[in-house]
Amino acid sequence: MSTVIKGGHLIEPTAGISAPMDVLVQGDRIARIGEGLEGDKTIDAAGCVVCPGLVDIHVHFREPGFESKETIASGSRAAAAGGFTSVVTMANTDPTIDNAGMVEFVNRRARETACIKIWPAATATKGMQGQELTEMAELKAVGAVAVTDDGKDIQSSWVMRRVLEYARMVDLPYLAHCEDHSLMDGGAMNEGYNSTRLGVPGLPKAMEEIMIERNARLAVLSGVRLHVQHITTAGGVEILRRYKAAGARISGEATPHHFTLTDDAVRDFDTNAKMNPPLREQEDVDAIKEAIADGTIDCISTDHAPHTPTEKDVEFAEAPFGIIGLETSLGLVIAELVGPGLIPLERAVELMTSAPAKILGLDAGVLREGGPADIAIFDPETEWVVDPKRSASLSRNTPFAGRTLRGQVKTTLCDGKVVYLHDVGVSVG
Amino acid sequence: MAVANTVAWRRRHLVTMEDLFREEIELILDTAPQFLAVQKRESGIKKVPLLQGRLVVNLFLEPSTRTRISFELAAKRLSADTLTITTSGSSAVKGESLHDTLANIEAMHSDIVVIRSRFAGAPAILTHRHTSRIINAGDGSHEHPTQALLDAFTIRQHVRAQRDDPGAGLDGLRVAIIGDIAHSRVARSNIWCLTKLGASVVVCGPRTLLPPKIERMGVDVTSDLREAMKGADVVYALRIQLERQAQSLFPSLREYIRLFRVDSESLKVAPENALVMHPGPINRDIELAADVADGPRSVILEQVSNGVAIRMAIMHLLANSGPEE
Repeated sequence: MSTVIKGGHLIEPTAGISAPMDVLVQGDRIARIGEGLEGDKTIDAAGCVVCPGLVDIHVHFREPGFESKETIASGSRAAAAGGFTSVVTMANTDPTIDNAGMVEFVNRRARETACIKIWPAATATKGMQGQELTEMAELKAVGAVAVTDDGKDIQSSWVMRRVLEYARMVDLPYLAHCEDHSLMDGGAMNEGYNSTRLGVPGLPKAMEEIMIERNARLAVLSGVRLHVQHITTAGGVEILRRYKAAGARISGEATPHHFTLTDDAVRDFDTNAKMNPPLREQEDVDAIKEAIADGTIDCISTDHAPHTPTEKDVEFAEAPFGIIGLETSLGLVIAELVGPGLIPLERAVELMTSAPAKILGLDAGVLREGGPADIAIFDPETEWVVDPKRSASLSRNTPFAGRTLRGQVKTTLCDGKVVYLHDVGVSVG
Repeated sequence: MAVANTVAWRRRHLVTMEDLFREEIELILDTAPQFLAVQKRESGIKKVPLLQGRLVVNLFLEPSTRTRISFELAAKRLSADTLTITTSGSSAVKGESLHDTLANIEAMHSDIVVIRSRFAGAPAILTHRHTSRIINAGDGSHEHPTQALLDAFTIRQHVRAQRDDPGAGLDGLRVAIIGDIAHSRVARSNIWCLTKLGASVVVCGPRTLLPPKIERMGVDVTSDLREAMKGADVVYALRIQLERQAQSLFPSLREYIRLFRVDSESLKVAPENALVMHPGPINRDIELAADVADGPRSVILEQVSNGVAIRMAIMHLLANSGPEE
């Protein structure tokens, strides 16, 4: 039984294809890519872009420990609805993913409940405590694709140095949430005019930039591949640019919310505009966009961070950091980056498929004959309005409610199976 | 006896001074004198029946004495029924969310809820969902609008008396606010209020206690006390919290006093008739010298008296505003 995706415009960044072309799927593989293909079943992709299933190397699916926020099952459905077929799940669960048994737990839950591919990250230190190294060789052997101590970062430069050296030995990349916690001081939003106006303790940009610089220096010292997560400041972009120019093994990501919104979104103490690192200022948004356009920033990630409505329905200072983002990512990239002409659609697809996959060496984000049939089909022109109530996530914490986005996912296939169908409106997991 | 005003009060809540228009501020200030008069009645009956049968709930989620009793007294003098709830626990500690707390209060048919919280934005988020009139009695380091209004009222009274002009306002006045600006809701509300009324404001404190980009609120900024006081018609000292020393925000009280205390020596650069104000409670001889606090320039106790009248005026206006803004 074969399925042909017919009449669409294929974008395949690694092969440099951007042309009308059909894709023939046989079982869980891509059998052929070409013109005028026929199959037993047909998916009509007229007017749509057909591309590799999207890849997000930074999501929080909260399982185990916080299943009321999200599970591997619900997170995977939200991902499929956003066109994603591969995600890298962060390890700040409870318990943390700090040993082979926990990685195997995630793998098993993924096999049993997820409709897309889950690539687990593991912690770099036991219990994410920033003290003792995890057994990275074994973690890698059971499938961990990177190590990270997530939002805790590793505050001790001594421990960080050893972590990076050891990760280099076993050839695991380090995912760095860069933040000097000694500058945090109860901060809940960007430190600037708005935090002054609202009387909310601020998070200075320097606390992010200091750690990007430190981590980059230690990465050079150790030779590890360092991936800087969610860069939010003009200064952070500058550091990344400098290290890349010097040939360091360093990459960086930006999130849709950090290139779309400023801390003005906190106006009225909206806890759905509270995340860490926080929304910054216009000059930072401009710098992030420029860095996306000139290639300094390597990929788009969502930092999908679900929290329940109850947890977010509190005073601003009391609310947890984080927003969901999988279902709005493509629409924001097209609306904010492609629409205004900052990058072509082909580059947008690359930033969300092969580029992130390449950073972590994932077998994903590519369409090739004989390769896995992980495919996203989206209409790049359709505008739609974000309605959090329709999210497949268990959580609703998005600052984009009511916002008009451009580019709508129509169908997502993972291993040849339809896992999301827009007309049905739900993910089929 | 209230001055006729062409502006009608339409708001259901008083949450920030940033939101208010000059005309609204003036309407509140113009409504207050009649309530000041109530408290000075020769008959000794310091009460009017304007809020009879209404329920005013004081929800104080942070320790406070003077603001709480000022609101309580204002409500009682308007003949409202009053309930005061005090707790210092966060929602996480007391196990009930702020919205749930207010929903429970509203189930008892409250008309006005006065809220004090250590969290910025607590009053604002309540206005989105609930039906009671909300008055912000101080939210974290954000705003304390009734304090700013009673301060503006007090300044205006003195300007009018000094100039013997019953219509005089704050236009052209210079106000120096001295101390921990970063953590002060009083400073923020006063900045908005005073600048909207046409005064110019300079804020002065240690660099570590001046929040970033505060000049964008329309004020001058300095760490030089004498520069701040030069030409100031009003010198407003803020309370310094001792715990800021442990947070490395200033080295010692000794040095704070040396650089930032409002006293007869530092006041020499200010005009002779400059008013001295303080929101209370005073750390005597720390941010404000005792002889100045008790001296002829000090209007600190008038601020307290006026506070009740201003809060009566605000409750009266809010209670009688329409269902829609």
